[in-house]
Amino acid sequence: MSDTILQVQDLRINFKTYAGIVQAVRGVNFELKAGETLAIVGESGSGKSVTSNALMKLIPQPPGIYESGKILFNGRDLIPLSDKQMSKVRGNEIAMIFQDPMTSLNPTMRIGRQITEVILQHKKISRSEAKKRAIELLTQVGIPMPEKRYKQYPHEFSGGMRQRVVIAIALAADPKLLIADEPTTALDVTIQAQILELMKEIQKTSNTSIIFITHDLGVVANVADRVAVMYAGQIVEYGTVNEIFYNPKHPYTWGLLGSMPDIDSNSDELLRTIPGSPPDLIHPPKGDAFAARNEFALAIDYEKEPPMFQISETHFAKTWLLHPDAPKIPIPEAVSKRIEGYLAKEDQLNV
Amino acid sequence: MSKKLLEIKNLTQHFGSSNNPIKAVDGISFDIYEGETLGLVGESGCGKSTTGRSIIRLYDITGGEVIFDGKDVHGKKSAKELKQFNREMQMIFQDPYASLNPRMTAGEIISESFDIHGLYKNKKERREKVASLLEAVGLNKEHANRYAHEFSGGQRQRIGIARALSLNPSFIIADEPISALDVSIQAQVVNLLKQLQKEHNLTYLFIAHDLSMVKYISDRIAVMYSGKIVEIGLADDIYHSPVHPYTKSLLSAIPLPDPLSESRRTRIPYVHEEVDESASFHEVSDKHFVYGTVATVQKWKDTE
Ligand SMILES: Nc1ncnc2c1ncn2[C@@H]1O[C@H](COP(=O)(O)OP(=O)(O)OP(=O)(O)O)[C@@H](O)[C@H]1O
Ligand SMILES: Nc1ncnc2c1ncn2[C@@H]1O[C@H](COP(=O)(O)OP(=O)(O)OP(=O)(O)O)[C@@H](O)[C@H]1O
Ligand SMILES: [Mg+2]
Ligand SMILES: [Mg+2]
Repeated sequence: MSDTILQVQDLRINFKTYAGIVQAVRGVNFELKAGETLAIVGESGSGKSVTSNALMKLIPQPPGIYESGKILFNGRDLIPLSDKQMSKVRGNEIAMIFQDPMTSLNPTMRIGRQITEVILQHKKISRSEAKKRAIELLTQVGIPMPEKRYKQYPHEFSGGMRQRVVIAIALAADPKLLIADEPTTALDVTIQAQILELMKEIQKTSNTSIIFITHDLGVVANVADRVAVMYAGQIVEYGTVNEIFYNPKHPYTWGLLGSMPDIDSNSDELLRTIPGSPPDLIHPPKGDAFAARNEFALAIDYEKEPPMFQISETHFAKTWLLHPDAPKIPIPEAVSKRIEGYLAKEDQLNV
Repeated sequence: MSKKLLEIKNLTQHFGSSNNPIKAVDGISFDIYEGETLGLVGESGCGKSTTGRSIIRLYDITGGEVIFDGKDVHGKKSAKELKQFNREMQMIFQDPYASLNPRMTAGEIISESFDIHGLYKNKKERREKVASLLEAVGLNKEHANRYAHEFSGGQRQRIGIARALSLNPSFIIADEPISALDVSIQAQVVNLLKQLQKEHNLTYLFIAHDLSMVKYISDRIAVMYSGKIVEIGLADDIYHSPVHPYTKSLLSAIPLPDPLSESRRTRIPYVHEEVDESASFHEVSDKHFVYGTVATVQKWKDTE
């Protein structure tokens, strides 16, 4: 049950651009067990999509460069694999739902055919059975009138409907590992909830592992077992979903949790933001990449990159604030109040 | 209340063959007042983008009227009127990938319309305007020389926002402008949109599905389902006293950043009830309208 199916070790991905070398992923490490969901959250541009595309070996080369690292899928390193070897893994064992649905849809092919092709590649069944399965999948992802929609082209679908077709295609392959890059970002909350329920159900029956990239912290709380928080090409905090939401340690994670409006937020107040902008990854800053935006930054943050400090068996954070000699900084009030509110509600329920 | 900037009357937009059309927008009417933000939420595929695109003339509408500042948007216009109109109304597009030309730099994209409108002719002036727009959306001026395909999804969306702001419009249709952004940038962009609104008395139609953000930014909210507006009212009323079952279902599905409560979430599923021709808007409280027949609206109110 709890076999590790994926180990990513010191992954570094660069892009050669006109302006210089972009260090998009700067030493990422994580593991994934069978049947587990890892959510990756983090700043836009922090390397979430590049990391997940790298797992599928989908970084265009050039301009992309696999600078270093290993991607061990069931113990086998994917990085040295040829395109031909890789195409067997892709779609079959690892499937991906892309952030941009149009990259996976062929604009000139009817939706139905795009799904049945994938089914036929993976299962030895007849065309008419594949069609039945495709319509079933369209229904499962909440597309109304699936028979009519089956015959349409992608441009006749709304943004969110296209995304649902892409989800249906990924599920059609029945993969061992599903990488979903912002799969529900384009969807309304009711359809989103349906899709999340569907993914969880499939995970339960097939013991699928899922990497779920999203910036919606509500969705993370709903789907994740473990959470990785990324900043400037690195994982800065890693832990179980409860550790990240109820006991966050990295100031960037505090910033993320503090930026969300509450349903009861007062509209006259400005939302809290993390000041400043993300660092230029062509010239990553010395020391802690988050220092310039961190109101709790220490002198050492500008000098030396912090290591991953271990907080519990499962919880790690890359910030000098966890050094035994660092001043004890409490979680900012905006975040701690919210956490207390959630936990208080929990206590009431348990009485 | 301030004056009506936009009046939408019985707008319809059908696609496909006329004998079996997809009724993307099926006869909707609403007003947007100067300086307000109207949030538009609803199921994926219910016609939100089509509504926005029809308002801004990206489609020839099938029926109805759109009146902007007293003028018929879809009526005949001189080239000059058209130019003026295009400047006043801008749209931030849902899909940051499809809406930016990958072979242009961010700076070129943002300043694209300056020539047509004869703005910032001086090179230095133009560079400064581009830099200030980039900074306003949380990017920096070095990004001006990078090509669109070199940016992440969220970064591209911010370029789209900077482009929409570049001509100082008075009305902006923002089609899921923040969906692709991480929460802290979302907060930055929402703060920015609010601040610009205050400074320039901007009016927004804000299409989104992140309901907590919509609640925060909108004065009023319209809820759409299958081509029709089913409920419209002040943001607080929609949140705290929803009447239409679809609105209730939508509110029950908002995920919270609280793993323990998420593990117990029970969603109210929505089962669509067809309403007959006698359906219309019923005012259930001040400025709060629900679409249905007399009997259904009464029933929904009773099950509150
Ligand atoms: N083809 C490319 N050429 C140059 N730079 C690139 C390329 N693709 C990505 N990058 C850069 O790599 C960094 C990481 O991008 P990535 O798409 O992984 O971000 P992300 O975390 O997925 O962000 P978002 O939440 O906005 O999708 C960004 O700084 C981006 O500009
Ligand atoms: N160009 C088109 N041709 C045919 N049908 C279309 C076209 N554009 C949209 N539609 C259809 O119109 C309906 C409404 O689409 P629209 O894009 O307005 O939805 P939306 O509410 O914006 O959804 P989303 O939240 O997924 O973006 C959908 O059924 C869609 O398939
Ligand atoms: Mg991405
Ligand atoms: Mg849309």
